[in-house]
Amino acid sequence: MALNSVKMDIQNLTAYYGANRAIQEINLGILDRKVTAIIGPSGCGKSTLIRCLNRLHETNVKARVEGSVFLDGEDLYQLDATLVRRRVGMVFQRPNPFATMTIYNNVSAPLRFNRRVSREEMDATVLRSLKQAALWDEVKDRIDAPATSLSGGQQQRLCIARALAANPEVLLMDEPCSALDPIATAKIEELIAQLKKDYTLVIVTHNMQQAARVADYTAFLYLGKLIEFSPTEDLFERPKETLTESYITGRFG
Amino acid sequence: MNFDRAVRRKLFSHGMTVLSGLAIVVILVPLASVIYTAVVLGSSSLSYGFFTQPLPVPCTPHLGVSCPTGGVAPALEGTLILIGLSSLFSVPLGVGAAIFSVEYGGERAGARIIGLVADVLSGVPSIVAGVFVYILILYYDPAIVFSTLSGSLALALIMVPIVTRTSEEALRTIPQSVREAALALGISRWKTSVRIVLVGALPGILTGILLSIARSAGEAAPLLLVLGNGCPHPFEGIYQEGCALSLWIYLGATSPDQNWIALAWGAALLLVALVLGLSLVTRLVLNRMARRWKGSE
Repeated sequence: MALNSVKMDIQNLTAYYGANRAIQEINLGILDRKVTAIIGPSGCGKSTLIRCLNRLHETNVKARVEGSVFLDGEDLYQLDATLVRRRVGMVFQRPNPFATMTIYNNVSAPLRFNRRVSREEMDATVLRSLKQAALWDEVKDRIDAPATSLSGGQQQRLCIARALAANPEVLLMDEPCSALDPIATAKIEELIAQLKKDYTLVIVTHNMQQAARVADYTAFLYLGKLIEFSPTEDLFERPKETLTESYITGRFG
Repeated sequence: MNFDRAVRRKLFSHGMTVLSGLAIVVILVPLASVIYTAVVLGSSSLSYGFFTQPLPVPCTPHLGVSCPTGGVAPALEGTLILIGLSSLFSVPLGVGAAIFSVEYGGERAGARIIGLVADVLSGVPSIVAGVFVYILILYYDPAIVFSTLSGSLALALIMVPIVTRTSEEALRTIPQSVREAALALGISRWKTSVRIVLVGALPGILTGILLSIARSAGEAAPLLLVLGNGCPHPFEGIYQEGCALSLWIYLGATSPDQNWIALAWGAALLLVALVLGLSLVTRLVLNRMARRWKGSE
């Protein structure tokens, strides 16, 4: 696939949570191997939007989704949800390693639970994923220690490694740094810059500076609607919409 | 004024501390007394023969011939088999129902019905469980009404709601974020439920199973109805009349035979020890699991 082609095409996406319409008629093209940030004030539907991209939104009993999301031209909502989630990985706001498992078993979880793999393949995947997540050097001597023995920032990188072990094409990150300190945040941001060479990234953040630092494209959501979607520099320096301008200049939100 | 209040507050606080301390004593006294009585009156009949001999036949010593002491071997054997068999019936059913209601039920009516059924079932007097199984088996095959199978079915009926409710509670303690983590990795719903959520909830579920075993091991009423009182030794199979410690404590304690009464006390001690031992072992295992998971190996 050529660079700059659309990896995920979101078309007329509307999602409900109970009677509440969390996002409405979103149209957005996410480019291959770029970082797309989604910003907006609390409750604007950022999280709902990316949870629709790996079909996690619908795991909530009250949730409902309308519209389509195409991944390389295939509508996600016509595919098997479990298989979709193997192609579109996700990292959550709070680090959520499996507390009952070791570091090794956390990273190898997507392999162990999804198919039969040889020990060699599993070792290789764990090594690759931990290196990709810039965690290998910190854990190589205690790979069989419990995942919960790691610090918060390490746990979050472990979750990134675990997501990468599933070998996804797209990686969704839902405010991945909001529970972390500034140093851990800087590490994750460096990581994002590395990962975009191989993966398409979508990151939700309430931190505009973060979006400006890491994202190639930024989408601004307000009250469930997509207000503006532009290259990050344009959005922050030459916003087309007055709403965007008031938000990025801190007049509300 | 302010000083007065502070003093009053302090007095109240101390008073309440003393009262709640007393509550603990009041609870502990009967417990200690039960264990003490069982040990004092039961330990005298403990011997090698107590564990290996069949129950003594009723007998009156005369003409210088003493009666055989006997033991509670068939009752011990019977209780262990009853526990095993009733767990075999109730644990998969209870845990399965809990998985359905917590992991799959959601807002569906089925999930709420399971909780309701479990609550109603746990309110059913155990003797009624006995009557139910009695009639059920009577329709199925009158020849096996009085059997270990019937007994374990009755006990299973008592265990199912306990296992279901405690398993539900245990599954609910696993945070939603764990399920989402697994689902987001493309792990199927079923594997997420069984191999991640269930494994995490295992300590709680085991505690529930243990609780239900302790409860059913002590049940005598339904067994009185469906186990028969042959107490065969050795064990003759699950379709034959069986035996149980709890049942035998009742039979022994109400008999006029001093030897039987002594054996009943021994059986009581054995039953208490069995349940306590089981609970202790489970605690140990759980603590080890918890330590491993928390990471302070």
